Amino acid sequence: MINAPVSQRDWNSHPPLIHPPYTSTVLRGPTKPLIPLAHGLAESSGPVFGHESVQALDGDMTRNARRNGEPLGERIVVTGRVLDEDGRPVRGTLIEIWQANAAGRYVHKTDQHEAPLDPNFLGAGRCVTNDDGGYKFYTIKPGAYPWGNHFNAWRPNHIHLSLFGNTIASRLVTQMYFPGDPLLALDPIYLGVPEGARERLISRFSIDVTEPDFCLGYVFDIVLRGRRETPFEGGKS
Amino acid sequence: MSGQTPSQTVGPYFAYGLAAQQYHYPHGQIVDGEIVGEGADNRIRITGRVLDGRGEPIPDALIEFWQADSEGRYGAEGFGGFGRQGTGTDPNGRFVFDTTKPGATAGSAPFITIVVFMRGLLTHVYTRLYFADEEVANAADPVLATAPAERRRTLIASREKTAGGVQYRFDIHMQGEDETVFFDL
Repeated sequence: MINAPVSQRDWNSHPPLIHPPYTSTVLRGPTKPLIPLAHGLAESSGPVFGHESVQALDGDMTRNARRNGEPLGERIVVTGRVLDEDGRPVRGTLIEIWQANAAGRYVHKTDQHEAPLDPNFLGAGRCVTNDDGGYKFYTIKPGAYPWGNHFNAWRPNHIHLSLFGNTIASRLVTQMYFPGDPLLALDPIYLGVPEGARERLISRFSIDVTEPDFCLGYVFDIVLRGRRETPFEGGKS
Repeated sequence: MSGQTPSQTVGPYFAYGLAAQQYHYPHGQIVDGEIVGEGADNRIRITGRVLDGRGEPIPDALIEFWQADSEGRYGAEGFGGFGRQGTGTDPNGRFVFDTTKPGATAGSAPFITIVVFMRGLLTHVYTRLYFADEEVANAADPVLATAPAERRRTLIASREKTAGGVQYRFDIHMQGEDETVFFDL
């Protein structure tokens, strides 16, 4: 798929490559300035993963890994729109989702947190945006869990999301958080985001999206890079 | 008009969400490191490691390739051009892609766009892989020319001919003397 070049990555919105409070960045983040690259065909195109990439239960993580019953925890629905910076819907784009279970444990083999796995919950799913850029998935609210970054470090409840958008340059991997989580103010991954942009990562509870007698609803809109309006001139500012 | 949703790290536990089959989890994955199948014409293998600031291989990186087909076309019918591999299943911590060498696009030497994700990287980075056996085209490539001359070698995959076919080697150094050139695109 070949599209119009997208706008620049806004470094007032995205975390820096080295953020020492998140200790793993210190030896892993590049230290030299990124080199600006004018967008050609490679950057104005990207892989296409649409509805054919998603099967019936992929958007329902409360059902896609059941073995002998329902997963434990608080059932939720997450919905929102994927838009570009100019408010245009990003249609037919794949969202890949993964998360911990209600007890704060990932299925991943190297997760050694002493909390139970749930035989009926994997915590991986997918969905595709519709013509309005809208998406929706059902899951279990993920639990908080400890990690080794510093003494008594705990990750806030979060869901990982991976998106493609219209070009390889609009690729985004992010995390969605929940309103009112007291761990946010202590989390170096969340706090790595420039202050003015952080709240964009917090979903909003909505009674309108909440399904009566079934599950609480959260709204999370995602904004990808828009169309480039002016010729590319500078680099990272 | 609203601001871009901030990036966050892919974290250490992406495998069952993004590369489940490679890591043997009971979930599908949309794509793997086999961009072209066995028996395809001019199939090449590209391997490499991702190294941290101490030169240690990073076992939990996720690497994506985006490339043109052998004629230099993006998004051509029948050629996905996109691949994904984690570094956590190879005993030597390598990523392994089987693909075809991209053709040159107008004004450029052949190259592959690489997207790099890992725990400890809050925002993904991009680099490009160029081919050592394209010396003349590389010398004229306008993007390679934007990289400082002494760092251009970090963008060039070395080539070797093995019994199994042509292999290229491309290590990605996140830091250090050989820090790979990363692009803001």
